[in-house]
Order: sequence, then structure tokens, then C-alpha cells
Amino acid sequence: MKRKKTTTIFIHLFLIVSVFLVSFPIIYAFMVSTLNINQVYSSPPKLQLGDNLINNYREAWERSNMGKLLFNSSFISIVTAVGKIILSVSAAFAFVYFGDFPGKNLLFIMILITHMLPLPIRIVPTYQLMDNLGWLDTYYALTIPFFASATGVLLFKQFYMTVPESLLEASLIDGITPLRFLLSILIPLSKSNIVALFTIEFIWVWNQYLWPLVTTNSARVRVVQIGLKMLIPSDAQPEWNVIMAALIIGVIPPLLVYLTLQKSLVEGFAMQQDK
Amino acid sequence: MNSKFAKKYRYLAYLLIAPSIIIVTTFLIYPSLQSLYLSFFRSTPFGNRQIYVGLENFQRLLTSSAYWNSLVRSLVFTAITVFISIASALILAVVTNKNIRGAKIYKSLLIWPFAFSFAFAGIIWGVLMHPNVGIMAYYIKLLTTLNFDWISNGTAAFILIIIASSWRMLGYNFIFFIAALQNVSPELLEAADIDGASPFTKFWRITFPLISPITFFLLIMNTLQVFFLTFGVVDVLTQGGPARATDIVTYKLFRDAFLSMRTGYASAQSIILFIFVAIITIIQFKYAGEKVFYQ
Repeated sequence: MKRKKTTTIFIHLFLIVSVFLVSFPIIYAFMVSTLNINQVYSSPPKLQLGDNLINNYREAWERSNMGKLLFNSSFISIVTAVGKIILSVSAAFAFVYFGDFPGKNLLFIMILITHMLPLPIRIVPTYQLMDNLGWLDTYYALTIPFFASATGVLLFKQFYMTVPESLLEASLIDGITPLRFLLSILIPLSKSNIVALFTIEFIWVWNQYLWPLVTTNSARVRVVQIGLKMLIPSDAQPEWNVIMAALIIGVIPPLLVYLTLQKSLVEGFAMQQDK
Repeated sequence: MNSKFAKKYRYLAYLLIAPSIIIVTTFLIYPSLQSLYLSFFRSTPFGNRQIYVGLENFQRLLTSSAYWNSLVRSLVFTAITVFISIASALILAVVTNKNIRGAKIYKSLLIWPFAFSFAFAGIIWGVLMHPNVGIMAYYIKLLTTLNFDWISNGTAAFILIIIASSWRMLGYNFIFFIAALQNVSPELLEAADIDGASPFTKFWRITFPLISPITFFLLIMNTLQVFFLTFGVVDVLTQGGPARATDIVTYKLFRDAFLSMRTGYASAQSIILFIFVAIITIIQFKYAGEKVFYQ
């Protein structure tokens, strides 16, 4: 019994150290965001909390036009996540509930293939396409090209295949139409999968960097990631306190989405695992 | 699934799949084929005309020491980052999965780097390790006399992007391992306990084989993510430097495509990246088939 107690203490110790190592960079970022510029550049650097928090956050907000950045990032993240969910729910439904129709496998493979075509593989032509469509520097370029999701189709297809067949049989006897079945029976059942996909996609789009970097230019559609990069001057001493303040503001939305949806996220994954 | 909707609804199936197919064809498949096409051309200095050059772009790439530097550095960087982030996430997931107090709190606190972008992770670690203002760089110097100056030292910069990316990937991997471990039956482990198995035997004989499909899945996903997404870290911190030490393939591609406007040369690089993805995909299907993918 004594041995067990020592092991438990050791485990807690190990975890406390690990949590500290993982969280320290974030705590540190927050601490820097409270300092004044002299404290940032004081030598040697000290681990301290300053009293310049409000000034830094106000400065960060104004200098980066943060309100607009947050709006743009939220808008494209929500639109893209919802678009992906709608498109993959419908496609997965078609793949599972309509038997073998001609071209089914080919269409499925075409959707799966997106896994093999990350942005850098097609960035030049996709950029040119945006230019030809007049989509550069618009919300269109940041959302519509990302509406298809192999992950989403797989996730929902996998889930539908585990829904008891008796459910469809009973509904068919009642003479249900496909869309009715999808909307009033399947979708309510797949709530936790939908939430999981939303969380992942929201954070994914929020954190996109390369694509907004090349397709956007004006403040009108600029996103948080790019706005933050623009706070770092290439030729002067960066005001790290202000930059960290902007960074903390910019990570709050994905963090909130993640925290509120954490439970269903883990459940959604666990369910996926079950099958 | 045997029962299904009647044949008269077949049109609906196509209608429901159509939006995904239109997006995939227009924005993914068609541009990828165009990358291949463009890779056989060279644009004139003002970019107004394309000249067919056959395989010249590939030939120039594969004989360019700068490109080999990019390629080798990207592969080494990816391998180390993937190993560190998967191994540490696995260890932490196994330990937090034990029946201990506060396991939930530990779990939440280990996942949150997942919400940070690669660019944000880069900025935070860049400041933490900054030779002038970084607290960690200062203590490293104090304790080991090592001067971790990522601004002028290539090796330091290379290590920095590994640390920032591993930190970012840790949370992602941790989520998947936690979910996978929930499905390892406690009865099995208790039975092993009764037989007097040591924790290590239990892990290697019971837990690890059960979660190896997810480990393999993460290996594949991490390799692709790290290989392609570390662009953000490099762009905010080092822009490929110092002395091209962090000039990873995606960054070089970006520079050639959008700063030097050499679209043909950049497209040839896209095709080489596609070959890399194709190899990873073949490995995936060869060793796991669809099983891991759908798991």
C-alpha cells in the first residue's frame, strides 16, 4: 500500500511539472502583456507582472484595428465551419442511405482525394483562379474554397453506418421522405459529431495563415493572424508588450469555442473511436 | 445497410453530393492539375508570357543546393517534431488516464496550446527565447553558459521552430490519445494487475497494441500538418533565416511564387510536395488500409 502512495505522489509531481511546462509560455505571454516597454527591455529579464495592462490592451486594440480583425476572423470561421458541416452531412447522408447508385465510388474517392491536396500543392493556380473570379481581398476567397471536407464526410458516414437500421425501416413504413428523415431524425442524433466538427473547423480556420496572407491585402477583410504579424516591425524594436496583448485578445475566441465545446469534442472523438 | 430509400429518390443522392463535388473539382482538383501544367513553363521577367520549358524547372530544382537544403531541413524538422509531440502526448495521456484526483484539470491544462495557431506559438516562443528579452534564453545562458541566439544562429533558430511546433502539436495529439485510451477496457488492465504485471508490461502488452491504430493515424496526420503548417512559425519569426537554416519547403515555395513571381518554378515545387504527400498516403494505405483512417 505504501508503494502505491509514493507512486501517486510521483504521478502528481510529474503532471504538475508537465502542466507547468506546457502552460508556462501562455502565462509568460500574459505577463509580458502587462509590462511597460522599459520593463520588457530591462536586463536581465525578470518574471514579473507590470501595471501597464490596460494601456497595452488599449494600444493593441487601436493599433491593429482589433474589432475589425475579430469580426473578420469570426465571420469566416463560422461561415466556413457551418458550410463544411452542411456539405458533409448531406454528402455522407447520400453515400449511406441511397444504396449503390452509378458513380458512387468515384464521387467518394473524389471527396477523399482532398486529403492529398493541401494548399501548397495548388497555391499558385488557386491564387490565379481567385484573381480571375475577382475574389482576391474578399470574404469569398477565405470561405468558399474550403467548404468541402473529407474529414467531415468520413466522420458523418461512419456515424450514420452505426445508426440502427430499424430506425430507417420504421420510418420507411411511415412513408417518410429522405429529407424529412435527415432533418428530423439523423441530424438531432448527430449533434455531438456536429459540435466536434464545428470546434475543429472553427479553430482550424481561425488559425489559417498562408491563405489569408496571399489573398488578402486590405484592412476590410484582414484576419487576426495577419493583423498580429503586422504589429511586428521588421526594422525597429518590437513592442512585445503590445504584441502579446494583441495575441492574448486574438486567442480568446478559439479558446472559448474550445472550452465550451470541449466535452462534446472528446465525446465526438470517443464515439468515432468506438466503431 | 440494406434498407434504403427508393430508387425514385436517386436524383436526390446526386443533388446532395453535388455541392461537395463542385467545390472539390473547382478549388482542389482543377488547380492541382494546373500546378502540374504550369510546372512545365517559365514566366518571362515581367510575368506577361509563359514559355514552355519541359522538365527544366524540375532539373533546376533537383540540382539546386538551396532546394536540397530546404528539403532535407524540412524532413529532419518534421521527423523530430512529430516524434517529440507524439511521444510526449502519449506519455501524458497514459499518466492522466490513471484514476487520480484532478485528472480532469490536468487534462484541460494540457490541451489548450491546441487553440493557438502556429504563428502565435511562434511569437510566444520567439519572445520566450529571445536573446535580449526572453526569460528562458536568459536562464539557459545562466545555467549552461549556452547563448541561445536564434536571431543570428541558424541551429538555434532551427531548434526554436521545432520547440514551437511541438508545443502546438502536443495538445492536438493529447486529445486523440485521451479519446483512444477511454476505449481500453479497465477490466483487461485489472486482470493484468491480478496476474502481477508491472506498469510497463501492461502498457506495452495491452494498452499500446490497442491504441496503435490511433498512433499510426496521428503519425500520418502530424507529418502532413507539421510539414505544411509550420509556415506560420517561420514567417513570423525567421523568414527562412538565418543563413537559410529555417528555409523550409513551404516557405521557399511561398517566396518563389509570391515574392519572386516565378510561377513555373514554384509550381514544380508544388509537384514535388505532392509526391511527398502521395508517398505518405501510400504508406498509410499499405500499412493500415482504410482501417486506421476510419477509426
